[in-house]
Amino acid sequence: MTVAPRTESPSASLIASRWEIFWERFREQVPIGLLALASSLIVAMLGIILGNIAWNGIGQLSWEFLTTAPRAGMTEGGIFPAIFGTVALVILMTIAAVPIGVATAVYLREFVPGSNLAYAWARARAARRWRERLIGFGHVVEILFARATRAAVNNLAGVPSIVFGLFGLGFFVQFIGGSIDRLFYGGELTYGQPAILWAALTLALLTLPVVIVSTDEALRAVPRELREASLALGATRWQTIWHIVLPEALPGILTGAILAVSRGAGEVAPVLFTGAAYFLPYLPSRLNDQFMELGYHVFILSTQSPDVEKTKPLLYGTVLVLLALTFALNAVGVLIRTRVRRRLRARS
Amino acid sequence: MREGRDAREERRRRWIDRWAHRVIFLLSLTAIVTIVLIFIFIFREALPILTDPEIQREASLRHFFHPMEGPDLASRYMWQPVALVPKYSLIPLILGTLKTTLVALGIAAPLAVAAALYTSEFAPSRIRELIKPAIELLAGIPSVVLGFFALIVLATWMHRLFGFETRLNAITAGTALALALIPIIYTVSEDALNAVPQSLREASLALGATRWQTATRVVLPAALPGVFASLVLGFGRAVGETMIVLMASGNAAITSWRFTDSVRTLAATIAAELGEVVFGSPHYHVLFFIGALLFVVTFAVNSAGVYIIHRVQRRLRGEV
Repeated sequence: MTVAPRTESPSASLIASRWEIFWERFREQVPIGLLALASSLIVAMLGIILGNIAWNGIGQLSWEFLTTAPRAGMTEGGIFPAIFGTVALVILMTIAAVPIGVATAVYLREFVPGSNLAYAWARARAARRWRERLIGFGHVVEILFARATRAAVNNLAGVPSIVFGLFGLGFFVQFIGGSIDRLFYGGELTYGQPAILWAALTLALLTLPVVIVSTDEALRAVPRELREASLALGATRWQTIWHIVLPEALPGILTGAILAVSRGAGEVAPVLFTGAAYFLPYLPSRLNDQFMELGYHVFILSTQSPDVEKTKPLLYGTVLVLLALTFALNAVGVLIRTRVRRRLRARS
Repeated sequence: MREGRDAREERRRRWIDRWAHRVIFLLSLTAIVTIVLIFIFIFREALPILTDPEIQREASLRHFFHPMEGPDLASRYMWQPVALVPKYSLIPLILGTLKTTLVALGIAAPLAVAAALYTSEFAPSRIRELIKPAIELLAGIPSVVLGFFALIVLATWMHRLFGFETRLNAITAGTALALALIPIIYTVSEDALNAVPQSLREASLALGATRWQTATRVVLPAALPGVFASLVLGFGRAVGETMIVLMASGNAAITSWRFTDSVRTLAATIAAELGEVVFGSPHYHVLFFIGALLFVVTFAVNSAGVYIIHRVQRRLRGEV
């Protein structure tokens, strides 16, 4: 009801009074100012968190802190085993998540014939020869499968991380690990217990959506002409994908992998029951060893410490290392993604 | 001779092509298979609650939701899984989850939606380039770090500021949880606002509406389902978030409506207790039942959110 104050006050002259002009501006600018305030509040909160951690943590960082093991009931010493465990965990996770994620995205983008279900259905019905019909219905099934996969990826991204932890325990540790023990180790407890392998696989499933979505985006940015040119020269579909499409999409795939690593390095809930250990005197060297992890170490130091004030500096140092690790990875990932998106926009 | 080699080469290429297709197809089954396996393996361990009479004597749906004898609310609904007579009422846990979620959404929703509206409609591009990376950075903070911050720093500040009875309570945990929700709500809302066609804005401005009027009466209503979806997805995240509430909520399962009491959420209960539970005991199955509950709720909430987003995108593109 405030389109123009003049129409609301017919008694006044046609020229808006100073007060009316002021009121108009006021009503326009103040709400916008409030929105800006809300935005700056978010930025400020981020600043406070990062500032607090950096301020209190930076003094703790030293060569010794990064390269030695905790001592004296974790109130002294460094965090090297936790760094080592996190890196090992994340490498194993990447080995599992990236090929599967990339393959899924490639299948959805490159092998599924179109996405128009009604069209595919009508074409299959209209085909005369039974062989064409069969292929047509095959396409329909493939499109349905692709839709189901996309829905599954969306839902996978929303499953709480603690549920992944439960799943990792029930499926990897007890079912798969237990079966391996029964079959190959005569029931001796070898793989049927929390281990770095199971934690990495659980994390791989958790980060799979990140890889898939990033790769999918990167594949979409590859121009169709490149594929068509390659196919026209007689290359098979796989040759086109392997020699043309994937190299072109490499930055996007890399982004997905990096973001997945950054996400995986910070997750604690999924590894709580699948392999993370409170304290270990040795580094993990086999796939069925347990391991220490930075995030879990933060959790332990801040909740189970016998003397909070004494462990506080160590705690801040650990948090800073964890943050630096995830942020450095995140920054690189976001940077590459911004480039890919810009290219995508330039093409469309 | 040459012909033969070409033909062989061609056959080899075809063979590789076919097998690449098959292998890639098999790998791409992982997403669907994982969802199905999660469903099976969580529910398999939760099922004895509903079927096994031995377990049901200690833990069944009746124990979960039925009030016990007691003078007040807190003693009628109790979660004491390791007591002499274990008590498995889920009411305090559900109440705790709702309380922290409510606080978190109450803080995160206005801030994040306001920021989304500001960046998509009003902010000069220089400021936009500052806010968006900041929120991506916020999204990149591991939840255990937010939990640490809430426990060590935020709780002390808020305790001093408001003088709570208990240092760790629903408000502290909810505030920290809000930090995890802001990026989700912001990103989804901003996408929805950006999907509103430019022509709508131009038409509104051409009719003499101010920018604020255009934003609140044209753009926001058009994107409203998307904004709603962002809140739905935020709710799903808040219900399932574990580490933040595990560290900052105090973890006392108290049945009360007061937000200044310590709370214990469903997700935090699993994280805190699964480590020490006896395999196959009623307690073990109860924890998996809670996991199944979380899975169902987040699955439903997520599907709804994604469905709304797809619909609003199609409508704004003029396809429906």
